[in-house]
Amino acid sequence: MKRYSVFAIAREAARYHMGWERAWASPEPKPAYEVIIVGAGGHGLATAYYLGKNFGITNVAVVEKGWLGGGNTGRNTTIIRSNYLQDSSAAIYEKARSLYETLSQELNYNVMFSPRGVMMLAQTHHEVRGYLRTAHANALQGVATEFITPQRVKELCPILNIDGPRYPVLGALWQPRGGTGRHDAVAWGYARACSAMGMHIIQNCEVKGVRSENGQVTGVDTTKGFIGCKKLGLVVAGHSGQLAEMAGFRLPIEAVALQALVSEPIKPCMDVVVMANTVHGYMSQSDKGEMVIGGGTDGFNNYTQRGSFHHIEETLRALVETFPIISRLKMLRQWGGIVDMTGDRSPLISKTPLGNCFINCGWGTGGFKAIPGSGWAMAELMAKGEPGPLAAEFNMWRFKEGRFIDESVAAGVAH
Amino acid sequence: MLILECPYCGVKAEETELSPGYEAHLKRFGPGSSPEEFEAYMFARKNPKGVHFERWRHTYGCGKWFLAARCTATLEVFGTYPAQVSEPPADIIAKILARRPDWKPE
Repeated sequence: MKRYSVFAIAREAARYHMGWERAWASPEPKPAYEVIIVGAGGHGLATAYYLGKNFGITNVAVVEKGWLGGGNTGRNTTIIRSNYLQDSSAAIYEKARSLYETLSQELNYNVMFSPRGVMMLAQTHHEVRGYLRTAHANALQGVATEFITPQRVKELCPILNIDGPRYPVLGALWQPRGGTGRHDAVAWGYARACSAMGMHIIQNCEVKGVRSENGQVTGVDTTKGFIGCKKLGLVVAGHSGQLAEMAGFRLPIEAVALQALVSEPIKPCMDVVVMANTVHGYMSQSDKGEMVIGGGTDGFNNYTQRGSFHHIEETLRALVETFPIISRLKMLRQWGGIVDMTGDRSPLISKTPLGNCFINCGWGTGGFKAIPGSGWAMAELMAKGEPGPLAAEFNMWRFKEGRFIDESVAAGVAH
Repeated sequence: MLILECPYCGVKAEETELSPGYEAHLKRFGPGSSPEEFEAYMFARKNPKGVHFERWRHTYGCGKWFLAARCTATLEVFGTYPAQVSEPPADIIAKILARRPDWKPE
């Protein structure tokens, strides 16, 4: 793999850009690998990358039914934050956020991490109390957040209407080192680094079945034939239920649609991420000038990657109230992704009832921000066979034991 | 937009009139059951990509809970029926099999 650098740009500029290599190889599958990861999204590729980097395991295949990063990795609103209430959540999301800080340098691929600051508005007294509690919890967890006044909110984001009419802004939870990243580049950067380590990324290869012997996984049947493995990682977000069924167990997960949309591009008008959870919408401005908008999930089981129109209407209604200047903006594109919601709205990074089969799923509506930390924890789990400190609390048996990591109550909304 | 016919009042209600209630026909386990049974009742879900039986409430209509058979991969609705049953009625199964011959009822 040739490194990207200013000298590479100069060299290629001098020869009509004919010398750029493919970022990653497209090999045919070998008969067997030590590790197979199902799902070449951000989490799957990050898992493969940290298996190689932290544990020296490079006999790895990442199989993907569609194209790399074409699922939720390419469909989210790219927000990165770690201001969670529960200790185990804050630990893994902060690990992820801190890895994002230097990810571009580490991968030699610009993931455009932009720590522009994330602001979660408090618009009811209940939310004020909740965010004050979160700010105190974050202080103990070593996550830099603070509760700020409405005046400071207005200074940081002048286009925000802090005076109501329905829900005046009473303050905000402010994480100055949160922000956004380039979602596709995260997948592409990890894929390029994995390919450089000799791992195989096999696209257009759908897993049709999971084979096992004596309770131990032996490989997967795919549209490109049987591929054997010693260890299997299922990292497929919305379709985790289908993969779990192939592997012979059931998950505490339901798949629902989550939508996002972007406006026409306009001049720079906000340089922070704003989340308004009472009215339920969030918005940031992309480097191209589009306003990137998201809201709540749809309410029913759905695998179509399409959502219901009235949810878009609800989200925009909320945001027009919060940001009056966007009322005449035209929306350019709208899309949906299938998110895997667990019973406590926290992810699973877990061993499974099938031996040497591991699962990483249930990130629900907030997976992008967790990609590096999730891959780090999943790689440790798969390499050692036992979870490290980051993954320990996220096992799938917590539902039986009543040890929930209840972020749905902590956030009050999907997050 | 999803449209379901309320089996009680006969209104063809669109989604904003309804509240979703997720998987139907759950077998309830309470005090005295094993932790596995209670966990399965509380959290483990079929979450199929295909035929799904689910609960809906006609919130902004008659207010009653009813059940629907729907395809989660295409959003096709096979039918709705009153909630006072512990398994899908035969006519709903027949309607599903007419559209999905490969589907196997449990």
